[in-house]
Amino acid sequence: MNSKRRVFLKGTLAAGTVGVAVGAGLLTPSTVLASAREGFEAGSISDALQSVMGSDSHDSGDITISAPELAENGAVVPITVESSLTGVTDIAILAAANNTPLTSSYKLGEGTKAYVATRIKMGESSDIVAVLKSNGQLYSSSREVKVTIGGCGG
Amino acid sequence: MSSIRVRAQLSDGVTNVRALISHPMETGQRTDSGGNTIPAHYITEVKASLGDREILTANWGPAISRNPYLSFQFEGASSGDTLDISWVDNNGESDSTQVRIS
Repeated sequence: MNSKRRVFLKGTLAAGTVGVAVGAGLLTPSTVLASAREGFEAGSISDALQSVMGSDSHDSGDITISAPELAENGAVVPITVESSLTGVTDIAILAAANNTPLTSSYKLGEGTKAYVATRIKMGESSDIVAVLKSNGQLYSSSREVKVTIGGCGG
Repeated sequence: MSSIRVRAQLSDGVTNVRALISHPMETGQRTDSGGNTIPAHYITEVKASLGDREILTANWGPAISRNPYLSFQFEGASSGDTLDISWVDNNGESDSTQVRIS
């Protein structure tokens, strides 16, 4: 019974240490939970990639972006990103002219294909940038989408 | 009824998943007719797993369209396997569903 009490005390002590660190501002709750979320606040593609991928240096790679050339409604722009690169662990989709360019990022498990399709909002005509991490190296590709009516305001 | 509608179809060893989620995906930048800001309300994370195996984690911002669509593909599943899909939004709401791979 006593040993259980010891374990319990140790547990509260450890939790207390983290709590103190959070309280002292060493660790903000957001960094503890998900530092990757910062990418969604970033105002530039470079900052967003630093946050999501840990680097912003990338080569052009064999990535296919399927998107309409002209999107009438910026609120719903279908995007498909696909690549023949192997060992892809991460995919990010960015709309260059949005206030915060990062729309979404994806972590792929082993055996998951380098393929993702979704629908995004675009504020105005701009490049769609897809960035992939393959075997630790970043590759990117971009494609212009013209938007008739922006899909961010209202 | 689940907010997630999903199909998972196996073809030539590759499972193709297509999911549609009912969600407002409010950016927090829009205003209503009275000029009041409509608070942000959007899905932040979607997870897909096959038993213990993590297939895909999507991190989303408010720039994903309303009633989001997500499609992805993976190898190594058999017909009849169960795929779990779940989402969480910025208000802490969540939902999940299961689909049999056909």
